[in-house]
Amino acid sequence: MKKIKIAVATIATGVLALTGCGSTSGGSDSGDGETININAFSVMEAANEPVIEDFQGTDAGADTTFETSYGASGDQSRGVADGNAASVVHYSLETDVTRLVDAGLVAEDWKDNATNGIATSSVVVFVVRKGNPEGIEGWDDLIEPGVEIITPNPGSSGSARWNILAAWAHIVGAGGTEDDAKGFLTSLLGNTIALPGSGREATTAFTDGSGDVLLSYENEAILAKQSGADIDYVVPDDTLLIENPAAATTDAGEAGQAFLEFLTSPEAQADYAQSGFRPVVDGVEIEDVEGANDPADPFPAPGTLYTIDDTFNGWAEAADKFFGDGEEGNPLGIITELQQSTGKVGDE
Amino acid sequence: MSSALSGATIDAARPAPPEGRRPRRARRTTPRNTLGRGAGLGLGIAMVWFSILVLLPLSAVVAAAAEGGWGNYLDVLRNDQTWAAVTLTVGQAALVTVINIVVGTVIAWVLVRDRFWGKSLLDVIIDVPFALPTIVAGLVLLSLYGPNSPMGVHWAFTPNAVTLALAFVTLPFIVRTVQPVLEELETDVEEAAASLGAGRLTIFRRILLPSLTPAIAAGAALSFARAISEYGSLVLLSGNKPFETEVVSVRVLTFIENGSNASAAALASIMLFVALVVIVALDLVQRRVARRW
Repeated sequence: MKKIKIAVATIATGVLALTGCGSTSGGSDSGDGETININAFSVMEAANEPVIEDFQGTDAGADTTFETSYGASGDQSRGVADGNAASVVHYSLETDVTRLVDAGLVAEDWKDNATNGIATSSVVVFVVRKGNPEGIEGWDDLIEPGVEIITPNPGSSGSARWNILAAWAHIVGAGGTEDDAKGFLTSLLGNTIALPGSGREATTAFTDGSGDVLLSYENEAILAKQSGADIDYVVPDDTLLIENPAAATTDAGEAGQAFLEFLTSPEAQADYAQSGFRPVVDGVEIEDVEGANDPADPFPAPGTLYTIDDTFNGWAEAADKFFGDGEEGNPLGIITELQQSTGKVGDE
Repeated sequence: MSSALSGATIDAARPAPPEGRRPRRARRTTPRNTLGRGAGLGLGIAMVWFSILVLLPLSAVVAAAAEGGWGNYLDVLRNDQTWAAVTLTVGQAALVTVINIVVGTVIAWVLVRDRFWGKSLLDVIIDVPFALPTIVAGLVLLSLYGPNSPMGVHWAFTPNAVTLALAFVTLPFIVRTVQPVLEELETDVEEAAASLGAGRLTIFRRILLPSLTPAIAAGAALSFARAISEYGSLVLLSGNKPFETEVVSVRVLTFIENGSNASAAALASIMLFVALVVIVALDLVQRRVARRW
């Protein structure tokens, strides 16, 4: 009998606790405050925390509550296209927002703002072993025989595509032909020892001891150093600007729109800078960024900075031209084709 | 899994026909419809649940694949990179299943028949590969067999890494299907056979093997099916290099990333078909061996 009473009490407590939770979240919903539903790529999870806090300190964000969802950029975007609730989306590349435009969830004119729809940016860098024992300074050092490269899989990871395009830009941007660039990428892919599923997995494989160079993003390198990884990183003299777009969906209320605007405010950009992202607007006061090569000057300007719009005519064109999978009438992308041919060379 | 187990146990317990008479086909001794009200309800729940959870999604996959037309199946397989991924995945899954059949049975045997210190602990730990998130498994295997391998085994980013990861995640299947059958198996029969002059090999072949085969086959089917669909533990450890270590699930993800959902579904349903063929083949083998008392 006593046991039953205990069991009943436990269940009752559990139910009360659950309904308690339900009513708190429900309560915040029904008040003046709007719930902003953020759907973003993985790295934003930590980076967004101070931004959300600062936003809630402003007049527009005073009573808002946040629900967040983070994961691989492509998966997140496909989820929203298939009905996952989101009011503000923030992805690692433009094609993931374009998917939502096609689905009618994001307005066609989402890029019509001061930053062209971009909320955070970074550059492609080389992560190397402490002290850079291989002496890797530029792109041409990567194709030296015996250099082992790790880069995330451009097939399955959207954001990995920035790295490959940066290598392409290194040749074509300097006046090389497409054939030169293909030759360069063939050597680069030939030196690649692993193509892990995502940027973070590639970092894990590298910090675990595999490879000589990791192609990565500056923010990822800074984050890895912040978390104590024993690595260095090199910003090559010519590299590609990584631009992560953000947009409000048709579900966003006033507060959602305000939050989207807040993302590109100097205050939020200063927060993002602490997570290793380069500001997308001028006039941001950046404090020392721990983990950067030089914390006082965390974001040195590379000699040449290529952009997806200028060098590749935008993502819409680049995605198919370089990474098309050749299925269902899609074109066979240059990189896909190169991967297939380098794979075969390695096979023989 | 428990249904496979109970099936196996029943098979094992079924008395062999007396010596000297030709084995007859088992006659159906029960009437066709034995469903009482309660049993009918049970069957109803089982079918509804099964349909919602299994049949519906499976037909959705096939329907999505069919959107691209039958030609799409051919096109998908005609891609060299995809074909390489399919052969690698099926080959490695088969290899790992064969390894599991031997090692899993041995482990089950040791766990049931032998007494040693730490046995109950081992018995519990066997299930850990089930519980561990596969990405963590990949991480652990990478630090053990990567460039900093404490054992000096550098298997990361090679096809061996695929074997290793698949063997890790599929180990429990055969152990857990064979173990209960072995526990039910009376040693009396073996002793009787031995006293009648049967050698160890004969006892194994004529007494143990027929009883264990259904369980081994059930475990092997699970192990194979799990292996051809594995993603998490491989994505970090194998390096995903086209033509070398790229498995089917990574190919599928590449298709999805490019919006080729019909191709992804086509490839997935091809793998479903492969799994089905293997499961049916294992079932046939099992029936054969079990009949050969």
